[in-house]
Amino acid sequence: MTPVDIGLGSVVLLLALVPVGIVGGRRAAATPLLYTAAALISLLALANALGALLQAGEPSVIVLPLGLPWLGGHFRLDAVSAFFLAVINLGGVAASIYALGYGRHEQAPHRVLPFYPAFLAAMNLVLMADDAFAFLLCWELMSLASWGLVMAHHHHHDNARAGFIYLMMASFGTLSLLLAFGLMAGAEGDYAFAAIRAAGHSPGVAALALGLALLGTGSKAGLVPVHVWLPLAHPAAPSHVSALMSGVMTKVAVYGFVRIVFDLLGTTTWWGAMVVLALGGVTAVMGVLYALVQNDLKRLLAYSSVENVGIIFIGLGLALAFRTNAMPWAAALALTAAMLHVFNHSLFKSLLFFGAGAVLTATGRRDMEELGGLIHRMPKTSFAFLVGSVAISALPPLNGFVSEWMTFQAVLLSPSLPQWGLKVLIPAVGCLLALAAALAAACFVRAFGIAFLGRPRSQAAAEAAEVDGFSLAAMFGLALLCLLAGILPGLVIDSLAPVATILVHDRMPEQLGIPWLSIVPIAASRSSYNGLLVFLFIIMSSSLAAFVIHRLASKAVRRGPAWDCGTPDADPATQYSAGGFSQPLRRVFGTFVFLARERVHMPQPGDARPAVFHVRLLDPVWSAVYGRLGRAVDLTAGRFNKFQTLTIRGYLSLVFLSLVTLLTGLAIWL
Amino acid sequence: MQHGLNYDVAHMLAGGLVLVSFMMLYQVRLSSLLRVFAAHAVVLALSVAWQAYVQGAPHLFVTAAIALLFKALVIPVALNRIIVRLGIYREIETVFGIGLAMLVGMGLVALSMALMLRVTAEATPLAREDLAFALSVVLLGLMMMVTRRNAVSQVVAFMSLENGLILAAAGAQGMPLVVEISVAFSVLIAFIVIGIFLFRIRERFDTVNVQALDSFRGERS
Repeated sequence: MTPVDIGLGSVVLLLALVPVGIVGGRRAAATPLLYTAAALISLLALANALGALLQAGEPSVIVLPLGLPWLGGHFRLDAVSAFFLAVINLGGVAASIYALGYGRHEQAPHRVLPFYPAFLAAMNLVLMADDAFAFLLCWELMSLASWGLVMAHHHHHDNARAGFIYLMMASFGTLSLLLAFGLMAGAEGDYAFAAIRAAGHSPGVAALALGLALLGTGSKAGLVPVHVWLPLAHPAAPSHVSALMSGVMTKVAVYGFVRIVFDLLGTTTWWGAMVVLALGGVTAVMGVLYALVQNDLKRLLAYSSVENVGIIFIGLGLALAFRTNAMPWAAALALTAAMLHVFNHSLFKSLLFFGAGAVLTATGRRDMEELGGLIHRMPKTSFAFLVGSVAISALPPLNGFVSEWMTFQAVLLSPSLPQWGLKVLIPAVGCLLALAAALAAACFVRAFGIAFLGRPRSQAAAEAAEVDGFSLAAMFGLALLCLLAGILPGLVIDSLAPVATILVHDRMPEQLGIPWLSIVPIAASRSSYNGLLVFLFIIMSSSLAAFVIHRLASKAVRRGPAWDCGTPDADPATQYSAGGFSQPLRRVFGTFVFLARERVHMPQPGDARPAVFHVRLLDPVWSAVYGRLGRAVDLTAGRFNKFQTLTIRGYLSLVFLSLVTLLTGLAIWL
Repeated sequence: MQHGLNYDVAHMLAGGLVLVSFMMLYQVRLSSLLRVFAAHAVVLALSVAWQAYVQGAPHLFVTAAIALLFKALVIPVALNRIIVRLGIYREIETVFGIGLAMLVGMGLVALSMALMLRVTAEATPLAREDLAFALSVVLLGLMMMVTRRNAVSQVVAFMSLENGLILAAAGAQGMPLVVEISVAFSVLIAFIVIGIFLFRIRERFDTVNVQALDSFRGERS
């Protein structure tokens, strides 16, 4: 059995779970049964993908008699697919284990269970598809299955709206991809990827296909300005699905971009790379700025996904720039950094969504202004969430730092590029990346500090209880992987070598042979990083500091009330609030990024009404792009409305006139 | 020379069909319109029969016979009875001026000639002329449907449009007989349905002028 056979086999098994979900959706026994099965199947697919990635043999191919009769269903599993399959199925295993616990609290399991395995199966299929038809079909299946999951709690008005916007954007993205594939397949219309790869593409077609692929996959990944659905839809789904959508489905979109642009398109231009870089930089900063001002924990995480997708696209843009200029070693560095961030983000974003889901289970709240003090009530969840926060804030020794550091190493190589456009743009994008990294740290200090530290801001938070063992196991498993990937990055980097070889025809230097498990992107004289040493140093220095303090000062551990401001039993609202924490940054960036307006309503002396402080934030993308688009559609529809109620003669005249016009046009054109 | 004669006769008959279409354009009285329509169908039947002879395709004779029987006899007679019973035998209708209609019609014929002769450069000359004239007849029929207000004359216009389609089908070699028969019968059924509708409309609105329907819907005429 080749890897692709096993991969497709696991897809078939997952699809076989769909009827189980439909039939037994309302029974209590179905939830553990289905999630256990999904976890086991995902584990099988994960092992298969890892095996294929590490063996790095020839890609395995299979053509099934499915789909278009003259095309068939082509499926292929090469190192790129294998890497992404590993990411997807790792997320699938973790989410399924988490759902064993979390899914018990689901109010409408019959709306979740049928879609969940279909969603996993569709993502697996997209990664293995080897012709445009199969790719688009599986892509749409993935969109629809996740739409079903977003709509699981459709009675909330917000969720219904999120589902609608998601569906619109997903159709738009698929349309863009359809056009991109149509362009690449050319006039002969051979939609097998092998034929598209072999055909040469003219620069105009390549540029157009790049733009369309960027739109199509970017709308799924959450690239600004086609990100608007993401922060609405991701939090609307149940938390384990949110983790899959944010941590994993965005990666499928990245895969689509990588597959089309690096593998199929062949020819690329340096200004195409500029577009990708600029969009990536804007996305990273905008995403984290949005995240900073969110009070809803899950929505904050969703916006943070937008930021991380921006970072990944910066890496991809760098790889594109270096590849165009025949600097494969630099391209390999940038691409490996992007792929490493794909892996890392899938780990810590799933972890954080699991944590948010645990908080939701324990308190029923998502608004941070109603949380607080959870570290006492849910110490284990808090610890896991803290690890995830540190990792996503790109602090050493965890994994987030490694990939962002490597992206910076690639940014630092930009002076050797020949084009001035890139020479100027890449340092600017580097600044945006640095800004995004710093703001992300602020964002997660805020998220952890407000939700888990301090005193409970609501009764629900005060009465929270630790979540079940399955949820904790999933979170701690991912936290451990975050740590391992952070202190042993060489292992991951080396296993990414075949991916880089396929996509940019070069690989990063072998990392595992370097003493002390350091990683050296280019040469030891330039830069190197050793996560293990940093980790040991942090452990030792903090233990030493604790030891010295306790030895020299006092042995006693003192616990005082948090945030009581000297007046015990004060109202919990006297604490630092989420809105207060982000206010300075909102003032700095908000006025032009969000068109923020603050309004303070102070009652007159003697008036008993409370003072009101109101902040209005607008998403400029909504008003500038989608608002206008919506109005234009409305206007056009209004204009065309009168064609709905023409008289019989009116319709006949319309047919006659359009026929004569078309014939005249044909007569002139011929 | 035999080939030349074949071509000339086919050309003449198809051209005659276009000419009769023009005649239908300026008939203001329903009774005379029906007579011209019958003539239209006779010319069509002749044209199809000639095609059958030239192409050596006996099944086209069946088509010609159907056209002659139904289009030239049954439908005009039935429509005549309808207008007699509806009492609109002498009704006069003009939508826009005859001269203008003629000019537009000529433009349509010119358009279809210019288009079809260029599109069908590889076909035989016989089929080319045939298709060009057929398109003219279709366009003229459509124009007549647009310009007429009376439901009966719209039916006639529709039938003449359909005659153009049959001419095209006869010109294109290799059209199976089944298709032609089913087209002919569908026209007959359409005629029956329309006839029933005419009476229903009349019953309800006291006129068969479709403008009445528009004003009934609250539209301006």
